[in-house]
Amino acid sequence: MAKIVGTLTTSHVPAIGGAIAKNLQQDPYWKPFFDGFIPVRQWLDEVKPDVAVVLYNDHGLNFFLDKMPTFAVGAAPEYHNADEGWGIPTLAPTRGDVDLSWHLINKLVDREFDITTCQEMLVDHAFTIPLKLFWPQSPCPIPAVPVCINTVQFPLPSAKRCYAFGQAIGDAIRSWDSDKKVVVIGTGGLSHQLDGERAGFINKDFDLKFMESMVHDPAWATQFSIHELVEKTGTQGVELLMWLAARAAVPGTLKKVHSNYHIPISNTASGLMALATV
Amino acid sequence: MSNPPPIPGTTLFDGTQARKGYALNKMCFSFNSAACRDEFVRDEEAYMKKFGLNEEQAAGIRGRDVLGLIRAGGNAYYLAKFAGILGLNMQDIGALQTGMTVDEFKAKLKAYA
Repeated sequence: MAKIVGTLTTSHVPAIGGAIAKNLQQDPYWKPFFDGFIPVRQWLDEVKPDVAVVLYNDHGLNFFLDKMPTFAVGAAPEYHNADEGWGIPTLAPTRGDVDLSWHLINKLVDREFDITTCQEMLVDHAFTIPLKLFWPQSPCPIPAVPVCINTVQFPLPSAKRCYAFGQAIGDAIRSWDSDKKVVVIGTGGLSHQLDGERAGFINKDFDLKFMESMVHDPAWATQFSIHELVEKTGTQGVELLMWLAARAAVPGTLKKVHSNYHIPISNTASGLMALATV
Repeated sequence: MSNPPPIPGTTLFDGTQARKGYALNKMCFSFNSAACRDEFVRDEEAYMKKFGLNEEQAAGIRGRDVLGLIRAGGNAYYLAKFAGILGLNMQDIGALQTGMTVDEFKAKLKAYA
């Protein structure tokens, strides 16, 4: 059966794509952010996952308001990035793993998660940038399966529901008849708000508590309603749902390989965690 | 079930907003395509008409009024594609919405560190 080697979580700000394209990794503004990935890449070199399952949220590249799935699972042989309209470079396509996709789809529906399946799916910066940060080579050297959670249009799935979704993904991976090593990635957050008079809101105390909970008490954030999460973390800080789901894929305490927290990257409190299965 | 109290300075993009803002968001979604961005730049009025924006939405686009566009049903992610056409980044947009200069807005972000 397949094994989960651990969980990686990171912010996915579009401006990171611009910084990579301009080679600004050592620029004083960007260095505290990019340096966080060095120990994580070393860990990835050691554990060598064969495939990634990436929980992310689309920002209006693949999905529009005409059809907005709450949970969507990619089932494509290859995932293409495309012009997102805000001037960041388009990254190379990423290979999929269709066997794993359909295994996930079957198991998730078995567990009563009525997901949308996507045999074609454009992936935006929330999928491509984290892969680029973890594996700077182009194209990404391992295949990946995108899993999208709606954070565009309310109502959003609750933290509790996203946690259960992540648990079901973890169980599905562990029941996959394969000898592959899988890493589960969650992208988004941490606290930030782009819109409204409260734009520029950040909540460091909450973010640090949340990051601490990711190690030992992964269900901690499920006590909050979506409304409370928006209040505490901002309208886009609610993307921590992806972290929560990715963490839930592996039960119990995990070993913290590395973490980094830096304010600000663009308008965002950026966070990074690498947690290894014990 | 009672609704929780509103969060100051925050509009949740719920069903009410999604219905109100559909035409505006659909236009902004089209800005994923360079050809559509060019078409908008060539004739903003004709492009807005093509998508059926209402007067409140059209006024928000003409005035580059981000808060007005949110009130008119605009969603942050789609509006960001409009901001992309204008060459504005997220700190510019943040400054516009909070009445700060861009430097003041950047200082506000940094002060959270």
